[in-house]
Amino acid sequence: MMEEPSAWRLIASADPALFGIVYLSLKISLSAVVAAGLMGFPLGALLAFTSFPGRGALIVLTNAFMGLPPVVVGLCVFLALSRSGPLGSLGLLFTPTAMIIAQAILITPIIVALTRQTIEDLWSEYRNELLAMGLSPLGCLLTLLYDARISLLTTLLAGFGRAAAEVGAVMIVGGNIEGFTRTMTTAIALETSKGDLPLAMSLGLLLILIVIGVNASTWLLSALARRRMG
Amino acid sequence: MAIANLPLILRNVSYRVGEQKLLDDVSLTVSSGAPTAILGPNGAGKSTLLHIAMGLMRPTSGSISWGGCSETTPHRRAIVFQRPVMLRRTVRGNIIFALAQTDCPAEAREGRLQSLLEKVGLTALADRPARRLSGGEQKRVALARALARDPDLLLLDEPTADLDPAATRAVEAIIADAAAAGMKILMVSHDAAQVRRLAGDIHFLVNSRLRESASAATFFSETASPLAQSFLRGDLLTETTP
Repeated sequence: MMEEPSAWRLIASADPALFGIVYLSLKISLSAVVAAGLMGFPLGALLAFTSFPGRGALIVLTNAFMGLPPVVVGLCVFLALSRSGPLGSLGLLFTPTAMIIAQAILITPIIVALTRQTIEDLWSEYRNELLAMGLSPLGCLLTLLYDARISLLTTLLAGFGRAAAEVGAVMIVGGNIEGFTRTMTTAIALETSKGDLPLAMSLGLLLILIVIGVNASTWLLSALARRRMG
Repeated sequence: MAIANLPLILRNVSYRVGEQKLLDDVSLTVSSGAPTAILGPNGAGKSTLLHIAMGLMRPTSGSISWGGCSETTPHRRAIVFQRPVMLRRTVRGNIIFALAQTDCPAEAREGRLQSLLEKVGLTALADRPARRLSGGEQKRVALARALARDPDLLLLDEPTADLDPAATRAVEAIIADAAAAGMKILMVSHDAAQVRRLAGDIHFLVNSRLRESASAATFFSETASPLAQSFLRGDLLTETTP
């Protein structure tokens, strides 16, 4: 705890290196959340909405993948993007794009599983009303996604939490290159091992503040929407 | 007004879930005119019959047709469920949503919305979240959504169940107005007094089977069926009733 004042001083002085890391971390995690949302919302909604052989197994698998070990995902993405891998020619290894891919893979199952549960619950509630109004399957799906938007926002938040706190996968595929692929979590790991505890502490504090800030904003938005829409 | 959904004809309709019969060989015809009521105790199969009449469920045997057509897609027919589900929107949002599913052009929706709000007496509550309204107010929102479809056949499942007398009167007034405007009402109720107030003809259903069909006047004055007589006396008809 001796280092805490130094950590605060680093934050207060708006240290460019520190905020460069924060900016890159946010850029990577938010991009991964957007990508995972674009894939996860439709997939989760389809899974909730359709019936096909093997649906139960797919649901179990999706739920299980919510706990994917980050280092395993990192390893798989590393193998895919490495020079001898199937996507090696793209030259993405040790770039922020590789880190976004790894984080998106990690959080997509979370978004699919939570979206499926949310939409399935709402569908069982809305089904008869929407069918009685003559909505097409696509119309039903879009209505469900719209009316579940507050819950889906929380789903995105869960994805962001997982992405922002993740270290194993981004370390493997990003390489923790200073000024290029160094994020808050990888920097905390590195600085701690080097003994630069003030920087590690300040990054840790900022990470916690960001997560609290995002959660508080979402909570406020949800409360406002619930008050207006019920 | 051309009534595309009438006559609604059910021929030998049965509906089973496993070994359980929810409807057993029901045949009836619903034609234009005063409201038609399906009367019977709880568990008689009335709601199942209404869902089939709406096209939301297919009979396991028998057939159904609307104006001679057996296409189930609901066109100009609407239903108000016993426990209507409010969409997570305001009252206005719920009704606009229903209007958006009809042929009503976007520029005409606001005017139509105001007319519907006025008709169901909810103008003052238009911007309130629909889920926060009382049961009676939610019923009126559901009625407005149903009327937004400008239906020629309106199906009502226990339209005033769980409502207090004031809310019941308000809902019954809306139903009577719709019927007076030429809309065909097919309602399900276990409330003989309400059926007496609203219906022109009655189909009496007990334990999944249709026991009697008659005009309201005949049913209440000279019903021949001992079961109907028993029901009107207020005796409890249960699942063990033959």
